Amino acid sequence: MIEMADFEMDEAGVLHFRGRLTLARIGDIPERLRSLPAPPTAINMSAVERMDTVGAWIVHRLMRDHQATVSGGSAEQLHLLSQMAAADHPMDMTRDRHNPIAQLLAEIGQALLKTGTTLLGLIGFLGAISAAVFSIVSTPTKFRWHAVVQCFDSVGVKALGIVGLMSFMIGLVIAEQGAAQLRANGLEIFTINLIGRLSVRELGVLMTAIMVAGRSGAAFAAQIGTMKLNEEIDAMRTIGVSPIEALVLPRVIACTFMMPLLGFYAAIIAIIGGGLFCWSTLGIPPVTFVARLREVIALTDVWVGLIKAPVFGLIISMTGCFQGMLVESDAEQVGLKTTAAVVQAIFIVIVLDAFFAVFFTQIGWV
Amino acid sequence: MTFDPAVPSPKIAISVRGLVNAFGPQVVHDGIDLDVREGEILGVVGGSGTGKSVLMRSIIGLQTPVAGDVTIFGHAVMGREDAEMIDIRRRWGVLFQGGALFSTLTVAENVQVPIREYYPRLDAELLDQIASYKVLMTGLPPEAGAKYPAELSGGMRKRAGLARALALDPALLFLDEPTAGLDPIGAAAFDQLTLSLKRTLGLTVFLITHDLDSLYAICDRVAVLADKRVIAVGTIPELLATKHPWIQSYFNGPRGRAAQAALAPAPKIRS
Repeated sequence: MIEMADFEMDEAGVLHFRGRLTLARIGDIPERLRSLPAPPTAINMSAVERMDTVGAWIVHRLMRDHQATVSGGSAEQLHLLSQMAAADHPMDMTRDRHNPIAQLLAEIGQALLKTGTTLLGLIGFLGAISAAVFSIVSTPTKFRWHAVVQCFDSVGVKALGIVGLMSFMIGLVIAEQGAAQLRANGLEIFTINLIGRLSVRELGVLMTAIMVAGRSGAAFAAQIGTMKLNEEIDAMRTIGVSPIEALVLPRVIACTFMMPLLGFYAAIIAIIGGGLFCWSTLGIPPVTFVARLREVIALTDVWVGLIKAPVFGLIISMTGCFQGMLVESDAEQVGLKTTAAVVQAIFIVIVLDAFFAVFFTQIGWV
Repeated sequence: MTFDPAVPSPKIAISVRGLVNAFGPQVVHDGIDLDVREGEILGVVGGSGTGKSVLMRSIIGLQTPVAGDVTIFGHAVMGREDAEMIDIRRRWGVLFQGGALFSTLTVAENVQVPIREYYPRLDAELLDQIASYKVLMTGLPPEAGAKYPAELSGGMRKRAGLARALALDPALLFLDEPTAGLDPIGAAAFDQLTLSLKRTLGLTVFLITHDLDSLYAICDRVAVLADKRVIAVGTIPELLATKHPWIQSYFNGPRGRAAQAALAPAPKIRS
């Protein structure tokens, strides 16, 4: 048990401190000083063995608040007290907290404003990418084949495993849930319609888009954001390399071209998953399953999936790169912008998917 | 400036013996012996890659050395994680190169982190006042307390980092290149701040630096790291007397001479 610093007050109103007046041994002295019956008139420090800034601050506070005089301190202790007096100035500790309702309104307003500016920025970014495409088309030697191929690998080839596994599971689940519902009416055979059309039209592409947004969109934002922090982007600009052409375009191209391939692949794997379920549980042999698939899946269904996929790829890569370019000042921003990239990409993809659904129904691709 | 033999300082704050550090096959330190006396500012210099920061990290326990012993205030600290070690650890403060402030907390909250950690039951009012005077003592303006690290300049960030390093009133202060990246005026002010804090609080300072001006202005002694060891420790005149080529080119290079000239009295005009 370490011995705490202590004090006592005599009849004359003199506070006698003793022991080590340090942060580690201060104990409950602040509370006890506050509950003193009468303010001290003087402070005696002759029994103080050691004093650090915290002890000095407490003594200084007493001197300041009660005009108490100090006696018995060593030269160093008095010097420390004068240093504390020099550093005594009210200071802001945290940001002001406003009225909660005003704050809520302000936050809603700021969020709206931010959404608007982000959307505008995204449109501007699309313009910058288009300009870069034109500049590449006019001077094809500037095209960075190597970077594009590398992105094909990271966005497409390396995603095959996880996208395949996910799609297989989804195929199984659709078949299992669909069959459970349809069986009640004796319509088990329609499970095949469900698996086939849903996978090809909607889920294959949509689930792949979500996976790619989480894998590649986030990676783009983090990579470009880190480069931004590291001033690599600024270095590129000073050398005369356009970061849009060197960093953004390869990623956008790779994502846009890889999404239809991955989406189609996902649809096929989902159908295989569903087919296996039909075979093992419903007793539908693969031959029947495939024959039935060929009857129910219209070519337009495949087109619906293949038309949506590159648009989703473009959106995902664009939001990823755009958010990465928005990173400024500190490392925390990289995390925030990466999160924003994924959330925005998935949100825009789902909104667009709804528009596509209405559009394709209207033109008769039911 | 120089170590005054009239004031004996027999106590040793940090004692390093036979320290060996290696990263894979690459040996950084091969048997380092170093003593830091209580109440002195010891400058540690060495070329890039000689392991100045690694030495500091070994002393404060962030890097586990291959061999060797480190004693701080008479306690062996190597590889210990017991209750006594916690007591020893709060007797030192560390200023990392970039300040290493917690980016989600304001400057004042940053300073309070170590105090809250070790003294969770400290009076809340006192806690705020401690943060306030610590920040002001390091020369930051009162508005700085409520700012986030991202809103501070490099120099202010270092001062805020120093305020946090001083939070627990340490007896021992580790500074890793505190003046790197500061403008000459800011660097000189930081040197004076270190010196005045050392005098006021009786600190022992372990100062890693590349800054020749800092060495001349505030260091009591300087340790030179080269060839994987401490090749010399002493006051700058003592170091100048050694023949080692690195020390000679370090202190007698154009920058070394300039720093020396800045501190020497103006040359007398021959009559």
